[in-house]
Amino acid sequence: MIRSTHLPLIATLFTFLLAYALCAWQFPAMLSTRVVANLLTDNAFLGIVAVGMTFVILSGGIDLSVGSVIAFTGVFLAVVLRDTSIPPMMAFALVLFITSAFGAAMGATIHYLEMPPFIVTLAGMFLARGAAYVMSTDSIPITHEFYDVLQSLYWKSAGGGRFRIIGGIMILTFIVAAIIAHRTKFGQNVYALGGGATTARLMGVPVASTTIKIYAISGGLAGLSGIVFSLYTSAGYSLATVGVELDAIAAVVIGGTLLTGGYGFIAGTFFGILIMGLIQTYIVFDGTLSSWWTKIVIGGLLFAFILLQKGLTWASTKRKKAVIGLDTQS
Amino acid sequence: MISYNFFKRIMPQMIILGVVLFLNLLVFPDFFVIEFQNGRLFGNVIDVLNRGAPTALLCIGMTLVIATKGIDLSVGAVMAIAGATAASLVVDGHYWLTAVIGALTVGAICGLWNGFLVAILRIQPIVATLVLMVAGRGVAQLITEGTILTFLDEGLIHLGAGTVFGIPTPVLIWIFLGGLAAFFVRRTALGMLIESIGINEASSRLAGINSRILLICVYVVSGICAAVAGVIVAADIQGADANNAGLWLELDAILAVVIGGNSLLGGRFSIVASLLGAIIIQSVNSLILLSGMPPEFNLVIKALLILAILVIQSPRVGHLIYIMRASSPPIKSDPLTPAKESNR
Repeated sequence: MIRSTHLPLIATLFTFLLAYALCAWQFPAMLSTRVVANLLTDNAFLGIVAVGMTFVILSGGIDLSVGSVIAFTGVFLAVVLRDTSIPPMMAFALVLFITSAFGAAMGATIHYLEMPPFIVTLAGMFLARGAAYVMSTDSIPITHEFYDVLQSLYWKSAGGGRFRIIGGIMILTFIVAAIIAHRTKFGQNVYALGGGATTARLMGVPVASTTIKIYAISGGLAGLSGIVFSLYTSAGYSLATVGVELDAIAAVVIGGTLLTGGYGFIAGTFFGILIMGLIQTYIVFDGTLSSWWTKIVIGGLLFAFILLQKGLTWASTKRKKAVIGLDTQS
Repeated sequence: MISYNFFKRIMPQMIILGVVLFLNLLVFPDFFVIEFQNGRLFGNVIDVLNRGAPTALLCIGMTLVIATKGIDLSVGAVMAIAGATAASLVVDGHYWLTAVIGALTVGAICGLWNGFLVAILRIQPIVATLVLMVAGRGVAQLITEGTILTFLDEGLIHLGAGTVFGIPTPVLIWIFLGGLAAFFVRRTALGMLIESIGINEASSRLAGINSRILLICVYVVSGICAAVAGVIVAADIQGADANNAGLWLELDAILAVVIGGNSLLGGRFSIVASLLGAIIIQSVNSLILLSGMPPEFNLVIKALLILAILVIQSPRVGHLIYIMRASSPPIKSDPLTPAKESNR
């Protein structure tokens, strides 16, 4: 028996497999390991940031600041590596600390000042983007030998596909996040918070620390995503990754996580990312379709999945009402 | 006709605007000088009103949407779609008025779609409008076929860059539409009905208010306002840029509504205060430019401004101020506190 909470995840998985099968049927070359490897490499930064977004959305919040935080991280790394002699690993640790603290500060503002996450993270978005502008408005190339080392690390599989380190980081992030979300007390608290803040508090969930941790995770993962993005582009640019927060939210929703919070899986987000990557790959393969179809198709998918979730919640409340014997209009 | 309560309501916004304009005057002594040249008014104040037009137009619709406890994230994308529609119609040789009507119709359809998702399918507004926000720019690019469509139609350009009696047309448009909307919601029961939906939709429905139709109407109005803004922006640069027209303007519009003292949780609203909020934002932009600060600081200052206003408006801080005032009777309340309180 399939549980109804698993249905969105199954729908995502099914959509992905169907889409991949259709692509492979039209272009057999889509099955090659090169395409698979590129799918992972090109979407690594988006995947990592979407993991953080999944936690935030599971708790019933939203984080609009992540795109700006990625840009900030990139510019910060570029400036630090250019102007100082701090070793890259130190710079990575530093930037992860800054972005986590930034996220924690937003979480604290949301909890203690009782402000809607939407507005707080909007301010955070301006602040992070502004900080990136203040550091530099130019695109700064990163020419550090450590970057060359990291970029040259890959595992070449049969068929010529190069699985680079950043794709590996993404998969590792997903695995760790899935364990945290489904196997730890903190993960349970996140789900409880998404189910309803008042209920969660009455059940003894530490709402303050959980909220702060959630946004710290989102900020920290945005920082990690920024590191990956700087490895991917070898540059830091304050205008980069505009609108990535929307892509991340879209991936999470397509992945079957309920935007009202409380339901969803980290694995769903992974397939959400792959679906979005697949659409782009298909457009590249086709060659006649223009890039704007990506946006339209993603918008359409978003709509379809929201509708599916709506139908599921509607069906479950209907059942509950039938059990209690109430049928008042909400 | 205009009551004392109205002035009391917009007082905080007037004070903020006054302070920002005074700072403008400090950094640029000729700020209030207005000249009449070549049949057109020139001056920084006129410029602020003119440049603030798109945000002001958006925040008319946004105020109504937010008053119903909703939010419309798609306005920037709708601007792009409307601008692209108007431009492509004019390029195809249609009369400019036809193009404008076409653009407004497209805006209304976008609003209808949002309203349908929110009112009929009962999807949360932030999610429902996100769909169009993501897909809208794609649609706009579909219309312009990925290029920046340029046009040289005098009539259409006049809407964005022309003047009527020396006053730039966009200024007249937003003042007229803002006045019209404010008049309609305040001189009829419409405003009260919208507020009642925002405060408690279930009970307003039980009281006999047709909340579905009203919700749809509110989103349609927001779509039309966005379309007007989109046409103005396209006319101003004589071209429709599907990628950048109205980019992030939805956030400015929401910010203007919040600065206007309207709660994001719905309920009481004031269109005039929101319009003042839009002008405050534009004045801050002008202040940053005139003061010679590098434009890089623009976003940081804006973010700090939002944070300051939000902290003042937050329920927790309001409660704290209330407790402090209640527990310290001998001290006369400082003049700032009432302003903060009525700002909520």
